[in-house]
Amino acid sequence: MSLVNAAVSSAVTIAEKRRGRLGQAIYAGRPQRVIERSFFALKSSTWLGVVSGFVEPVFYLLAFGLGVGQIIGNMTDGAGNPVSYTAYIAPALLATSAMNGAIYDSTWNVYFKMHFAKLYQTMLHTSLGSLDVAMGEIGWALLRGAIYAIGFMAVVTPMGVVTSWYGLLAIPAATLIAFGFASVGMAVTSYLKSLQQMNWVNFFLLPMFMFSGTFFPISLYPEPIQYVVMALPLWQGVEMIRGLMLGIIDGALFVHIAYFLLMTIAGLIFTTRRLTALFMR
Amino acid sequence: MTDLKFKPGKAVDSVRAMRRGAWAVAEYRLFSMSKWMGSMISFGLGNPIIYLVSIGLGIGALVDANTGGQGIDGVSYIEFVAPALLATAAINALQDEVTFPTMQGFVWDKMFFAMNNTPITARQIANGIMTTATIRGIFTVILYEAVLLVFGAIPLSSALPLFLTSIFAALAFGAAMLAVTVRIENDTTLFAIIGRFVIAPMFLFSGTFYPLDQMPIYLQWIGWISPMWHSTQLGRFLSYGMPLELWQLAMHAIFLATVFVIGMLFAYPKFESRLQK
Amino acid sequence: MTSDMIIAKDLKKVYGDFVAVDGINFTVKQGESFGLLGPNGAGKSTTMKMISSVSKRSSGELTILGKDPDKFGPEIRAHLGVVPQKDMLDRELKTWENLYTYGRFFGLSRKFLKPKVEELLAFAQLEEKRNDKVEELSGGMQRRLAIARGLVNEPEMLLLDEPTTGLDPQARHILWDRLFRLKEQGVTLVITTHYMDEAEQLCDRLIVMDKGKIMAEGSPAELIKKYSSKEVVEVRFGTDKNAQFADQLKKLADRIEVLPDRILVYTSHGEQTLEKISAQGMNPVTSLVRRSSLEDVFLRLTGRTLVD
Repeated sequence: MSLVNAAVSSAVTIAEKRRGRLGQAIYAGRPQRVIERSFFALKSSTWLGVVSGFVEPVFYLLAFGLGVGQIIGNMTDGAGNPVSYTAYIAPALLATSAMNGAIYDSTWNVYFKMHFAKLYQTMLHTSLGSLDVAMGEIGWALLRGAIYAIGFMAVVTPMGVVTSWYGLLAIPAATLIAFGFASVGMAVTSYLKSLQQMNWVNFFLLPMFMFSGTFFPISLYPEPIQYVVMALPLWQGVEMIRGLMLGIIDGALFVHIAYFLLMTIAGLIFTTRRLTALFMR
Repeated sequence: MTDLKFKPGKAVDSVRAMRRGAWAVAEYRLFSMSKWMGSMISFGLGNPIIYLVSIGLGIGALVDANTGGQGIDGVSYIEFVAPALLATAAINALQDEVTFPTMQGFVWDKMFFAMNNTPITARQIANGIMTTATIRGIFTVILYEAVLLVFGAIPLSSALPLFLTSIFAALAFGAAMLAVTVRIENDTTLFAIIGRFVIAPMFLFSGTFYPLDQMPIYLQWIGWISPMWHSTQLGRFLSYGMPLELWQLAMHAIFLATVFVIGMLFAYPKFESRLQK
Repeated sequence: MTSDMIIAKDLKKVYGDFVAVDGINFTVKQGESFGLLGPNGAGKSTTMKMISSVSKRSSGELTILGKDPDKFGPEIRAHLGVVPQKDMLDRELKTWENLYTYGRFFGLSRKFLKPKVEELLAFAQLEEKRNDKVEELSGGMQRRLAIARGLVNEPEMLLLDEPTTGLDPQARHILWDRLFRLKEQGVTLVITTHYMDEAEQLCDRLIVMDKGKIMAEGSPAELIKKYSSKEVVEVRFGTDKNAQFADQLKKLADRIEVLPDRILVYTSHGEQTLEKISAQGMNPVTSLVRRSSLEDVFLRLTGRTLVD
């Protein structure tokens, strides 16, 4: 039985290929291997609990669309046309669905892996770098958000809430939303030190969910508050998807896209720095 | 290190210790809970304000616009949803204080086994957990009502009846959750599943935000089996006099009491058998 | 040049005001089994983290396999196998998946890893546990799995942080046997421990650390010879009485150490010294004659016991 080759092992050859490249101290070009590990973990967990995450927004859609919708009647869209209450809230719930999927993984799961499972220390003992770990974990959270978005669309499209072919673009848009929330979520989580602080994440998410133009237009608020809401990522996401699903395409769409791209990049940079500071000190 | 000097076996009054077991557990739980006081108050006040503004004022404005100011059952939208929001808050409080401590006691830090090494019995541990959870529920409902009263969302006369109905709902649900949680071996994803397929539908389909009979019949049954709906119906009757027959009142009350009793009866033996393992 | 696996010169690590490692110098040669010995908080684990290339040094020089870990972290780590103190196994995964995914982190191919995982399961005697989750393994099995995982990339140097802490005697011996086999195959071992017997069993050479500094360096036998006598008599007189016999005992020995629960009497002939003790009318409650060990070396160097 020979466990150790006299020749240079292949792990070394693989690592040496990246010598001289930019960021060689933090990046080994293998975030996909971190994602692969998450697939293995998913396989042996109660996967129903992970995959079924999109049903909550569907329940909200049914309850508010069918129930509250009857006592509210029709809404008006951005172009002044009447839309059913269900069609009005569906895009908001899709955005929320993507957010929930991404946030759940990038906050609670990341917290658990950081503080209890010590998974990132383990990964960083291999030839992975902190940027690999950050991208891999954020990528997984993003996948989860994207799956929730697809699940949600599959259930609600037959209900007739998508009125435009642009609605197909809602799925990539939701994926972008998930990306933004995942990378900022992981960056924020890396600063949290107790489960108590983790609860504050929910404390921030709940009002954002309720007030981001999800169930009623933000024009009900006084003007200064409207600006605060418009700065929130969920409002940006809701508006982006609402525009696509109702077929109202204008310049604002690009502002929303730019918002999420910035959010994603900032989150990635912060997360990588934090992983380096926490686990490579 | 200094020497310990004592007369072995004299310090504990075993009769008293056995009698007060449940309180000892409750006291222990309250002690660990007290470290969360700051967040509990913030969440306790923050939650009602968020719902009050978003549901009451936001959706309420849309309802008023559509019904010409009639509201539902002749009362404002916020008065209509208040009993349900209070019940939800109480249920969430008990749910938290029942599930997590039970998982912690049996699985995470195995504190229940340590307690069981003292004169405290399995049944007393279950009772102690329920007691603390109820105290947390009462605390949450009082904060919630204070906010609703300050904003004039409910009249003062509704405060006591709504307090009682929401605590009843929470007791029934808490007992059921205790019986379920004690049966969970280790898998915490089950909580996500319970949250998703039990608690969220219960919150959304129990006539919380609209009268239950507006739902399609195939969704109405969710309300019928949920403590939420029964408590909310009682609350609406008591607070603004939504018309209900005597038999309906009795049915709602009996339903809640039955769920509570069955929950506890199913929780006790499992607490006992699990501690003996 | 390649025969030096690690070269540390004036290596220092500071966390805020706290100096964890305070300017240490050592070299580890290829194929050697090198120990870092010391009590909790001596700076062993911090040193280990710097060698693992996951912790940046504050000052001094550190060269691992001829490279600077600050610049070539991932590349150096490709050569290393790390077995952390707390096993840090992936509890969401099964036994074989722990080995497989860890290998994937190194970029290794499925083709390479499939037989490798089998080989490692056999090495760690875990073939029957391959589909069990980590929780279902005993402490000894978990530690063997952690070691197997550290070998998945066929490392040139294996770093073990407290490899047998918390294991029962039988599990320790199995582990020592496995580590010994690796050494025979030319793997360089770096081991931290606060167990003397472990250091004596496993290490060719070791450094004794305390408060971030190196107190002594050498092979176990050299250190015992240099810092202790051949034999030791341990006597107990009862908690309150130990101190009162100290002066009398001092005259019978090369040196004594008065510990709270017992007195250690250093001498070249244990049995003879014990006879003298009784002859002088001192009647210890218990007594024991044993050979000197690294524990005594440490006590001599620092005035403290290792495991407290």
